Amino acid sequence: MLIKQISIFIENKSGRLAQITKLFGERGVNILALSIADTTDFGILRLIVSNPEVAERTVKEFGLTAKTTDVIGISIPHIPGGLAQALSVLSDDGISIEYMYAFATCSEDNAMVILKVSDNGEAMKILTNSGIKILTDADIATLF
Amino acid sequence: MSAMNNFWDQKNECLSRDELHDLQSKRLAALVKRVYTNVPYYRNKMHDKGVLPEDIKSVEDIEKLPFTTKQDLRETYPFGLFASPMDEIMRVHASSGTTGKQTVVGYTADDISLWSELMARCFTMTGADKSAVVQVSYGYGLFTGGLGAHYGAERIGAVTVPTSSGNTQRQITIMQDFGTTVLCCTPSYALFLAETMEEAGVKPEDLKLKAGVFGAEPWTESMRSEIESRLKIKAFDIYGLSEIMGPGVSMDCICQNGLHVWEDHFIPEIIDPDTGASLPGNTNGELVFTTLTKQGFPLIRYRTRDVSSLNYEKCGCGRTMARMAKPCGRTDDMLIIRGVNVFPSQIESVLLEMGETSPHYMIIVDRVGTLDTIEIQVELTPDMLSDEVKKIEDLENRIRKNIESILGLAAKITLVESKTIQRSEGKAKRVIDKRSK
Repeated sequence: MLIKQISIFIENKSGRLAQITKLFGERGVNILALSIADTTDFGILRLIVSNPEVAERTVKEFGLTAKTTDVIGISIPHIPGGLAQALSVLSDDGISIEYMYAFATCSEDNAMVILKVSDNGEAMKILTNSGIKILTDADIATLF
Repeated sequence: MSAMNNFWDQKNECLSRDELHDLQSKRLAALVKRVYTNVPYYRNKMHDKGVLPEDIKSVEDIEKLPFTTKQDLRETYPFGLFASPMDEIMRVHASSGTTGKQTVVGYTADDISLWSELMARCFTMTGADKSAVVQVSYGYGLFTGGLGAHYGAERIGAVTVPTSSGNTQRQITIMQDFGTTVLCCTPSYALFLAETMEEAGVKPEDLKLKAGVFGAEPWTESMRSEIESRLKIKAFDIYGLSEIMGPGVSMDCICQNGLHVWEDHFIPEIIDPDTGASLPGNTNGELVFTTLTKQGFPLIRYRTRDVSSLNYEKCGCGRTMARMAKPCGRTDDMLIIRGVNVFPSQIESVLLEMGETSPHYMIIVDRVGTLDTIEIQVELTPDMLSDEVKKIEDLENRIRKNIESILGLAAKITLVESKTIQRSEGKAKRVIDKRSK
């Protein structure tokens, strides 16, 4: 299944990230994974959070522009070459990775990675067929 | 440099005010008759105002005539105000309009000759003659700056170097190698050239430069002294607009105390921009011009939107022609950036036409070093947001390209967070101009 990611547009102003994360803290939104894509003028903060609806509302109330996107979460063996194996099955089938980032937490045996790919449905099939574990909401719930 | 030598057409440049009055009256009456006969749009405007050609007998009657505005030019786009048959038109120029549509002006052979003649007066006023080497670094093309200066420089028999704008290194090399004595460009570009020369170790003493004919954008007296001291030249302020002719409608003389309007060919007026009432000499108001002798594209009481005043006293240089004060503002929201006319509405129409951005924008004009910069801040809407940076950058690029194709000017596009651009209850504030006035 697909995971909801929240993307927030933020200008490169100092203190912006601190303000947003503080708000999440106050509303009980837990951040499980995050990445920032930045340019000289702005950045896009991408988040996987415990409760996306609350997070999105919070961001909008604060006056920022946010958007929800479906992304794939996978769990891979926490060993050398673990990530390479998952990525190569996708590239073999012509699926390109738009961006990816790892979870802030991981278990001893497994690492967890968020992928944004060119074709979600196709990628899910390929990953499942290759025996790569796709994260579900339930998996994520266990991380709290 | 004796002032005696600085006349191209001393008889006409120094007509007595009485002679000038009679000449203007005769020419105005003939102009109105001609325009009434040849241009249906003007005929209708005059009917609306209840005025007929026979009502115009002298300069004082000019107040009976209707004004012409940029809006009239837009409504008659492209050739509706031409007063000569297209067979007789031999050149057109165009300048930007307020909503993307250009303003087109046409010239007959006589018009081009008149323009050359008036530009010749301007160049001669700087002390230049046929021994001069005139480098024309105004852009050549639809913009009147390049070709206008070019024909004037040729008219005085100078060596005319049509470098056009850009390629600063080559401009400097040509100045050195060809022995340029007169430079024509925007004042901000003159400063940029001075700066580049300093960096390259080229000293003013290495050049033969004596004078600069600078215009096409507003500039301050402090900019003038800076240019004069850095390039070691005399900097002259030239004024013009394509609707009236192009550069050379007026220029300041060696006294640098106002720009002489060539009144034997143009009647300048100052009006109250709100009521349209004529204002007396030495009073600030909107500058209005009537072209007396142009054939292809004559205009009656054209509202320039430039704020200035007129001084009718005889000048120390000997000329009797009225002097207009350096324009000190606009009665509309037009900006002049690197010599290019920019209306905020042009930028707004680009954004609205694209249909994917918010209509909330802010134009920030600044001067970095010597060059004007323009930044357009656009609020990012939820529809524009993508989780992928390249899609947002794509959008920025598309906005930039569309704006550049309309304005002819590269602008920096900055996407900003929604609701960060100030909302106002009345007229929206769209421009922050940080350049010193």
